[in-house]
Amino acid sequence: MTLLALLGVISSAIYSGTSLLYTTLGEVIDERSGIVNLGLEGVLLVSAALGFAVTKQTGNPYAGILAAILAGGGMNLVLGYLVITRQANQLASGLALMFFGYGLSALIGNSYVGAKINPLPRYVLPGLSNLPLAYASLFKFDFLIILAVPMAFLVWWLLFRTRWGLGVRAVGENADTAFASGRNPQRIRYQALFVGGLLAGLGAAHLAIAYTMDWSEYMTAGRGFIAVALVIFSKWDPLRAIAGALLFSAAVAFQLLLQSAGVQVSPFLLNTIPYVLTILVLIAWGGHRNQSAPASLGRIYRGTE
Amino acid sequence: MTSGADSPPRSDFFRASLLPTITRYLATILLAFVLFGIILWLSGRNPFESYQHIFQSALGSSYGFSEVLVAMTPMLITAVAVAFPARVGLINVGVEGQLYMGALFATWGALTFPGLPAWILLPSMVGLGVLGGALWAFIPGYLKSIGLVNETITSLLLNSVAPSIVSFFVFGFWHAPRDTNITANFVPAGRLPTFFGTRIDLSFLIALGLLVVFWLFMKYTRWGLEMRAIGGNPPAARRNGIPLQLYLVVTMAIGGGVAGLAGTAQVSGYYGLLLSNFSNGLGFMGFLISWLAAGDPLGIFLIAFVVAVITTGGNLLQLTQGLPYAVINILLAFTLFIVLARPNFLSREKRS
Repeated sequence: MTLLALLGVISSAIYSGTSLLYTTLGEVIDERSGIVNLGLEGVLLVSAALGFAVTKQTGNPYAGILAAILAGGGMNLVLGYLVITRQANQLASGLALMFFGYGLSALIGNSYVGAKINPLPRYVLPGLSNLPLAYASLFKFDFLIILAVPMAFLVWWLLFRTRWGLGVRAVGENADTAFASGRNPQRIRYQALFVGGLLAGLGAAHLAIAYTMDWSEYMTAGRGFIAVALVIFSKWDPLRAIAGALLFSAAVAFQLLLQSAGVQVSPFLLNTIPYVLTILVLIAWGGHRNQSAPASLGRIYRGTE
Repeated sequence: MTSGADSPPRSDFFRASLLPTITRYLATILLAFVLFGIILWLSGRNPFESYQHIFQSALGSSYGFSEVLVAMTPMLITAVAVAFPARVGLINVGVEGQLYMGALFATWGALTFPGLPAWILLPSMVGLGVLGGALWAFIPGYLKSIGLVNETITSLLLNSVAPSIVSFFVFGFWHAPRDTNITANFVPAGRLPTFFGTRIDLSFLIALGLLVVFWLFMKYTRWGLEMRAIGGNPPAARRNGIPLQLYLVVTMAIGGGVAGLAGTAQVSGYYGLLLSNFSNGLGFMGFLISWLAAGDPLGIFLIAFVVAVITTGGNLLQLTQGLPYAVINILLAFTLFIVLARPNFLSREKRS
């Protein structure tokens, strides 16, 4: 195996993991406010379809990214209306949102199947421009990749160092107490869902506009559920989410490495590694898990009467 | 993640007379159709024509109606797979995975013993399928019963593992000589018998029987009573000497076994072979149906019927209006949204 092949594997793992990191960060914010978004798969699909369609129509990938972000926020607000205002069950509402996303994205993307777009421009990392062309081309990243890890720090800062983040976490732990201390749980949950949706939209935008540069039905292939799993794996912590996304990317990279080395290991078994690892980690934590999950995750806030 | 506390009371369904209930269901569906009609109209199609096609295809011909029953069958079974553990307060979102494992085990039986006569092979396949689903559900059930990990999280994670395992076997070992992602057709002895020259197979009757057994079990057996006691108040049930942990493990495993039966029915009845990623959300659909019906057998039947009419009509939408099949999910989602949101003008009485 050559160094070039190794670097190529790492490069493609970074590309595939970026959308996952953004999505996971979004779900961390949702769940910190006490709402499980099981419909993330649908949110991603609609964002990806709309982002791709707008990029194709305008020829401008940045317009596409903006559309994808807003679509993500909008989809999450639909969930918000159901679970916050109408106080519906979160798991059922999430699954309904998933089916909605399946349908809406198919409708939006219908006339864009196989279309070619202007992808997001890629930049050579500073200091690497002297490398031979073959190497340098592997480390040309778009701005969404470059901003992914800083975004995790930003979300961490937002959640743990700002007044708004304190409010989000307070509502996620105990909405009644948060209400008693003068906060509006419903408004905070709407805000958290919207911000989380924006991040999920960013993830979907990277997937469709920068990574696959393509639209097809069900193209997210379970990324929404992977993100939900990674949130648990990362203990609802944005910084650990980086590790979670790396774990997934590493599994992808490992798979590609083995293939290029001629080792026959089924990619399907490797796909299961992140999930099995998450379950094992949960078992290893045992009772400690209760301290890390937001205490009122999944509970309905009915207000004080 | 959640407790069962936020699901509507079970007696809701029967409390009032049947008429307002039916009116409410019809109004819900009508509203969903109007909303979806607007979407169709916005995307340049004629909504009236589309609906005429959908209903003519699904309800206007005996073939269409038989297809509705075919589509309904796995939904009925997976809904029971959710509703049964829900009675002790377990949230089984892992039906999707359990269904895959059931299909995997049943397929192993069909491919390994093709020479057996049908009266041995079919029951063995069903047994294997139930076993596969039950084993898969045992994991979250056991972890929950010893207080280690929430069953919602584990069953959800295992959903993503099971299809990969199926793909591993199909792509790696079982695929037909000229294919990569499907097995060879099962021998006729490994196929569930069909009726009247339609695609309705024995699993439809099994599903109906399952609903009846589920209802009788909950209403008339000691175990059903104890399960309802656990679902109502776990600490009180424990103090009355009900073995709580045992019930958690066993009900979850039975739910998984039922899901495995659905998987068996899909490969042995509907497809006649195993293909990777065959389900595409059947298990999640079962969860939604069971939740909307609040675990009530009659409600499960009615809601599954409506959902089946909608999804069956989607095939025709694809043919006549040139829309992708997946678009029908919008109509489905609108119906679900309206039921979940319970708008004021549809609710029969003030919600508590």
